Amino acid sequence: MEIIKTTRLTKYYGKSRGIEDLDLTVNSGEFFGFIGPNGAGKSTTIRTLLGLIAPTSGSATVFGKDITKEKEAVLQNIGYLPSEGLFYGEMKVKDALKLSADLRKKDCTAEAKMLCERLQLEPSRKIDDLSFGNRKKVAIVCALQHNPDLLVLDEPTGGLDPLMQKEFFDILRERNHAGATIFLSGHILSEIQRNCTHAAIIRDGKIIACDSVEALSKTNAKRVTVHGTVDLTHLNGIRDRKEAKDAVSFLYSGDMGSLLHTLSSGQINDITVKEPDLEEIFLHYYEKDGETV
Amino acid sequence: MTLVKHELRQSKVSFLIWTASIGFLLAVCVFLFPEMKGQMDGVSDVFASMGSFTEAFGMDRLNFGTLTGFYAIECGNVLGLGGAFFAALCAAGILSKEEKDKTAEFLLTHPVSRQRIITEKLIAVFIQITAMSMIIYALAVGSIAAIGEEIPWKEVSLLHLSFYLLQLELAGICFGISAFLRKGSTGIGLGIAVTMYFLNLIANIADVADFLKYITPFGYCEGADIVANGKMDGIMVAIGATIGIGGILIAYLKYTKKDIH
Repeated sequence: MEIIKTTRLTKYYGKSRGIEDLDLTVNSGEFFGFIGPNGAGKSTTIRTLLGLIAPTSGSATVFGKDITKEKEAVLQNIGYLPSEGLFYGEMKVKDALKLSADLRKKDCTAEAKMLCERLQLEPSRKIDDLSFGNRKKVAIVCALQHNPDLLVLDEPTGGLDPLMQKEFFDILRERNHAGATIFLSGHILSEIQRNCTHAAIIRDGKIIACDSVEALSKTNAKRVTVHGTVDLTHLNGIRDRKEAKDAVSFLYSGDMGSLLHTLSSGQINDITVKEPDLEEIFLHYYEKDGETV
Repeated sequence: MTLVKHELRQSKVSFLIWTASIGFLLAVCVFLFPEMKGQMDGVSDVFASMGSFTEAFGMDRLNFGTLTGFYAIECGNVLGLGGAFFAALCAAGILSKEEKDKTAEFLLTHPVSRQRIITEKLIAVFIQITAMSMIIYALAVGSIAAIGEEIPWKEVSLLHLSFYLLQLELAGICFGISAFLRKGSTGIGLGIAVTMYFLNLIANIADVADFLKYITPFGYCEGADIVANGKMDGIMVAIGATIGIGGILIAYLKYTKKDIH
């Protein structure tokens, strides 16, 4: 089942582009990564889906419901974690959580208590007195406490220490296994590669690649790192060559036989050949107008 | 009514400070009256012969030596300005503060329609203005009783009612403006209240500017007219009500479609 589906979704802020003819589909149960640098249109997409801004043209549905006509029904089942969401500073953590639950007309006390314990958040503290990371935790509990079917996370880990990040992703995986769909926007690629099953890359307001993370990472090219001395001048298909003392690393998409032949003529102490990581693919998409590696 | 409660809790401190300040000033002025009454024979003449200044505050038509006259002028300035500031600030900030304080992303991503948010915020403003007016009215009547004067019920009630309507009108205007704002609302709120106040002073001084009375809500709050006529000017009140309701309608039209940043 399609959880999110946008059709030629376009948003202009006056004359400046937010997103343009964006087609995006996220299916039920996916852990979906939404990758792009600042200003590519990630937040615009999310804000449109949540009804904070109205699309200029095109349409979008969440849970099969139109985001403008049935906004409240859609939002009832979404948990949203804003990248820099702020709260009413004078409130106590538990009051803010209660306010959020009340606005959903749900009693989330038990779930909130459990989440606060796992994230080590004190419900009796005033929000103004919390550190940035702890305020993030309040936002996380708000997004999770009503057990939504869809979680929309905008750069979720900023401000969280590594232990908390791990705990956070553990919770997300549990939710995902229990059936929730997760839509994670960000630019920390290792995070997306580690956690997401599917991903889309957005550039200049358009989706330029969308597939399973596995398929996105799988390309003809290999990252080859060689320790020792070898003459690579006659080898074709080398890109992104990085030299270090005693070592050379490059992306290779040429003939394997000639690679082995060239390497065998050199003095080699160690060699690794591996799939390029998402980071390299991502950079490639951004440098080369979207051709595959 | 979750949001109404939330708004009232948020603005509790500012509400209490404003109500206490206006109530205190008003009571202090009333308590000054017995002392001034004895010296008033001379003072009234002085106040009545200060030219434009006299006209501006309606002192040519009110007798400063009677409690009603004294209260109408003093009330017009303390309660008129104080109440106008509070109503304007309260309404101008109530929608815009969500974007200014970056809490809009939290509030507006809950399953609550924009209409409901506007309505509940409007109710919160209405409750605050009404509560403040009632408390101040009680304080005013109480302090007049405390100095042993007979309470001029009709005049005092009409004056307070007119200022209540003024606050509602200003709140309506500022509520409409609030829907457009993303940043500070304080300056605009205060600016509108002060401008309206001065428009009335100008109307009082210059005959050619008399029409200004029909624009500013201070027109139908003019103590001299209310005391002399025993009622408010119906046309001015009707114009004021239309402007106030207009502001609220604009808020609905704008905020239901607004892109939230």
